[in-house]
Amino acid sequence: MRKTISLLVLLFSIWLLLSGHLEPLLLILGGLSCLFIVWIAVRQDVVDHEGHPLNLHPLRWLRYSLWLIGEIVKSNIDVAKRIWNPKLPITPTVTVLPAEMIDLGQVIYANSITLTPGTVSIDVQDNRITVHALSRDAAEQLQRGDMLRRIQHVIKES
Amino acid sequence: MQLLTDIISWTTILGGSFFVITGGIGILRLPDFFTRLHAVSMPDTLGVGLIVIGLVVQTGFSLTSVKLIMILLFMLFTGPAATHALAKAAIHGKLEPLLFNKEESSSSS
Repeated sequence: MRKTISLLVLLFSIWLLLSGHLEPLLLILGGLSCLFIVWIAVRQDVVDHEGHPLNLHPLRWLRYSLWLIGEIVKSNIDVAKRIWNPKLPITPTVTVLPAEMIDLGQVIYANSITLTPGTVSIDVQDNRITVHALSRDAAEQLQRGDMLRRIQHVIKES
Repeated sequence: MQLLTDIISWTTILGGSFFVITGGIGILRLPDFFTRLHAVSMPDTLGVGLIVIGLVVQTGFSLTSVKLIMILLFMLFTGPAATHALAKAAIHGKLEPLLFNKEESSSSS
């Protein structure tokens, strides 16, 4: 029930932000369409912890996002330097990383790895993530497990 | 004030464009499919990110900037999914990634 209500509030605020209309008639129509979509979602039984994760700690999530943005900027500059370097100093590496945690954590981990340039998650199987890295440094940085620890901190107590 | 926002937004838009162009050059220069994937993720993250930040600075505090930020968020969520789908398809198609060790041993022999 909590998830259904929060989904309704979320949908309605997105509708409001995208439309920008404040006339009563349009507000009611928008609210009705949001209700209709929530009704369909409840009937399809997709309002669960997977489709609508509420149990993430917002402050920890924000801190992780800011850290991830910093990492993305750093690795972008690193990959750009490698590409512009006339010698093309790349050392492609494939490594396997341990990722023993709940599904949501694995999704966040694999997505974060792919989002940072220089590392791409190829496969997720049996609590392990196969990663292709453009340079050996990037692979070693992932093996140190800094990102894994931060994600475990985000999804803790859920 | 107008000058200041212009300077900030043009710096970030040009910075974003630089990363988009670098991604394109990376696709041309890098040797195989998997290394090219890394070049593609650069315009997807910092390229789009900096351009959107520059546009948000131009539009100011309005509903348009909210929409721009939503575009950025959707790019950040869908980009990794597309890249991962490509990489997984390549692995299933039995495409062997070019590895540093192999390259070293083949060049020394």
